[in-house]
Amino acid sequence: MRIALFVTCLADTLFPEAAKATVRLLERLGHQVVFPADQTCCGQMHINTGYPDDALRLVRRHVQAFAPYDVVVAPSGSCVGSVRHQHAAVARRAGDERLASRAEQVARHTYELSELLIDVLGVTDVGAYYPHRVTYHPTCHSLRMLRVGDRPLRLLREVRGLDLVELPDAEQCCGFGGTFAVKNADTSTAMLADKMRHVLATRADVCTAGDASCLMHIGGGLSRLRAGVRTVHLAEILASTEPVPAGGSTSEGGPVRAPDREARR
Amino acid sequence: MTETFLGMPATAPAGVGNLRGDEPFPVAARRALADAQLRRNLRHATGTIRAKSAAVIGEVPDWPELRAAGRAIKSDTMARLPELLEQLEAAVTAAGGTVHWAADAVEANRIVTDLIRAAGADRVMKVKSMATQEIGLNEALEAAGITPVETDLAELIVQLGRDRPSHILVPAIHRNRAEIREVFLREMPGVDPALSDEPAALAAAARRHLRETFLSTRVAVSGANFAVAETGTLAVVESEGNGRMCLTLPETLITVMGIEKVVPSWDDLAVFLQLLPRASTGERMNPYTSMWTGVTPGDGPQAFHLVLLDNGRSAVLADEVGRQALHCIRCSACLNVCPVYERTGGHAYGSVYPGPIGAVLSPQLTGVEENASLPYASSLCGACFDACPVMIDIPSVLVHLRARHVAERRAAHRTPSAEAVAMAAAAYTMDHPRLYAAAQRAAGLGRLAGRALPPPLNGWTASRDVPAAPPQTFRQWWAERRSES
Amino acid sequence: MTSRDLVLARLRAALAAAPPTVPDRATAAYRRHGDLPPGDPELLDLLARRLTDYRAEVHRVAASAVADTVTGILAAAGASVVVVPPGLPADWRPGDIEVVVDDDLPAARLARLDAVVTAAAVAVAETGTIVLDAAADQGRRVISLLPDLHVCVVRPGQVVATVPEGVARLTPGRPLTWISGPSATSDIELNRVEGVHGPRRLHVVVTDR
Repeated sequence: MRIALFVTCLADTLFPEAAKATVRLLERLGHQVVFPADQTCCGQMHINTGYPDDALRLVRRHVQAFAPYDVVVAPSGSCVGSVRHQHAAVARRAGDERLASRAEQVARHTYELSELLIDVLGVTDVGAYYPHRVTYHPTCHSLRMLRVGDRPLRLLREVRGLDLVELPDAEQCCGFGGTFAVKNADTSTAMLADKMRHVLATRADVCTAGDASCLMHIGGGLSRLRAGVRTVHLAEILASTEPVPAGGSTSEGGPVRAPDREARR
Repeated sequence: MTETFLGMPATAPAGVGNLRGDEPFPVAARRALADAQLRRNLRHATGTIRAKSAAVIGEVPDWPELRAAGRAIKSDTMARLPELLEQLEAAVTAAGGTVHWAADAVEANRIVTDLIRAAGADRVMKVKSMATQEIGLNEALEAAGITPVETDLAELIVQLGRDRPSHILVPAIHRNRAEIREVFLREMPGVDPALSDEPAALAAAARRHLRETFLSTRVAVSGANFAVAETGTLAVVESEGNGRMCLTLPETLITVMGIEKVVPSWDDLAVFLQLLPRASTGERMNPYTSMWTGVTPGDGPQAFHLVLLDNGRSAVLADEVGRQALHCIRCSACLNVCPVYERTGGHAYGSVYPGPIGAVLSPQLTGVEENASLPYASSLCGACFDACPVMIDIPSVLVHLRARHVAERRAAHRTPSAEAVAMAAAAYTMDHPRLYAAAQRAAGLGRLAGRALPPPLNGWTASRDVPAAPPQTFRQWWAERRSES
Repeated sequence: MTSRDLVLARLRAALAAAPPTVPDRATAAYRRHGDLPPGDPELLDLLARRLTDYRAEVHRVAASAVADTVTGILAAAGASVVVVPPGLPADWRPGDIEVVVDDDLPAARLARLDAVVTAAAVAVAETGTIVLDAAADQGRRVISLLPDLHVCVVRPGQVVATVPEGVARLTPGRPLTWISGPSATSDIELNRVEGVHGPRRLHVVVTDR
């Protein structure tokens, strides 16, 4: 299948490993990934901060970039949530009904990674290998805007070597919320403190999620604590494979540690 | 935008009532967050209610259908609110009640004060009512020499402790049993000095304290949970029996009701009497619900006055997106699931309507500029929308009100805010891929990773590290990979 | 312009600016009836369980044994004076106790009485609720409010499964009191404790016909 990658501005700029892993994973599963070069940002930050007028040009750009493709995937529940639940409304607010209906068309073909794998590609075992103790944080927008449900967990349960541990109070927000983390920094920090407490209680090596933004928040807090727990995007775990025995070369996705993250600690 | 036109939707006036806080949410929240006892109390209480509510909602096979029905009834109500209010007025009047219309808090307070004076009373007993909290009725009555006595246990705790309510359903949620005992020992005349902090003992103390008030007070003031337009029936949902006392024992009953509380037909009560208790106190049914229609000869108050309150509701109705905030049945489920409320408590919101519903209702009642920080007091996690028994899409209304705030600020100021300039610049850059790629490279070169960013971003680096910029953006990697293959 | 006209004009202006879209009520098809018909033995069991869950005490007795049962409840509670509504069936009246028939008794007098015995209009099994509608066998609202012990006698045919069935059976113009267990509060740490201003004890006697 030909799949267009909606990389998201955050993964493109700060977390390219998550996007690269998405590419490797889908190619390993036998699909062709294309990257529409005109894409930049979905405009969610503008919309959620009160600037839908400024977001309009970004919505238009996004729709133009992705309208030609039958299947679009993003390694972000939050950005897919914006495409699905906000883009048409931004267009309608500006009186552009034509753009709104095109945005709805794009939204219908846009999937978060776990949705794409399970609902469209019909796989739960992606052949991954990841020998670590992992806990999963179901990010708010994946959980409540997209209703991805237990799809990420079903994918993680099939990963060889992975020890999945349940996160207490998993469904509570980590406190990111885009500009909320800046405008209400104290409250955001209090929410983050509780999330980190729960992550540490699992004694996991790795906290994973389907959103780079929430992982940036949780990872930023854990890094400050020097807690020894890493945040790794779901795509990176699913892209990891068992090292090929002597004679063969190590696959691109494994071993599992992202070098830039390692260097930081 | 203070100019008003007669007959055009109007916001609630300033200087009266309790819809505006003294300081922005982040400032008030910071103080609340520093109170460890408050956070323990809130965590315990909201955790308890979440578990109870989930259990009894789980028993209802048609909960999604009931929520949809609740939303449909409320949407229908708002679409023909003027007609339904006229119908309600006619039905109440036909049943022996008197209907009064109050355009705002000032007028409502004056109407109620005059009615109490006309009844020759200098003391009234009150059933917990958000509408009378909203308009500052107690303050107005005290200024007129009339003593209001709150009879709901939590309201009594707040009144005796000279405190402010912090939750829609349980105004004293910020107090634990030990603190309540202290308030009773200090403020309740004749209380047993050996009073324990067992909830049952505290409830019994309130029973003894208020018994004589119930039997001797001639006028009561209540709110209303529902008013049925077709029959003129009013309903009050409660637990303790203080509501029954106030609705049954006095000679005169005055009910102050926000105009959005009307429902079209009798059958509609069947939906809300299932939604409300399970979503609010986590009970299959609350202990007592009273329904009355005008005056019943020989049973209960023989004079009944209904005060229909606008106080900004017409302005809410005028907002196509925001008007769904009027669907609220004041259950508090959104407060109980909100991660922000759980940590800051209700006082940080300033208004008597705290939590997620308060963050969408208060700014609309007062005008967004007078509660401008509230639409931002949310991480948009969406837990409130899922919990709402009438499916109010609170996150979408919050985002909408942020846009209203930005637009109103833009209209009122000649120079754009720094944020607006940054947002416009970011949108322009992101709409030009070459500029965008250049900006990405600049971010990488700048290596803004580390521990301290300048304001306003220092809110982030106070407690979190910024990720190191990777050596290469995704699009650089993609381009290289393409050229290699 | 009166305030009435002002408020109505504001509301009409608000709606005219942006006419609302109303979801179809028909699509919100909630349960109007339970699976069991009124009075079904399983419903009576459910009612009893739900009432007990909220600290009411339930007695399942033959219709001929109501008076003895009520007498026993009152005696066990140490009640010495009980008020009854004028229309309470004569064969439900307790013995061995002073019975006062309500005849517009003043509230202060009612507050000194130990107990009240009433019938009910409807009971809702799923929620453990009894509803009084001030008919002659239930009396004025105040008599079931001030005494500390309320004994309520329910006939099987009055027991419906769901809230919608209960609402449909009631007459809107009458004063209605829905009662689900004894007086309670959740105001202290959101935990339910029984016993505030209303009757602190509720006994429900469910008869067999």
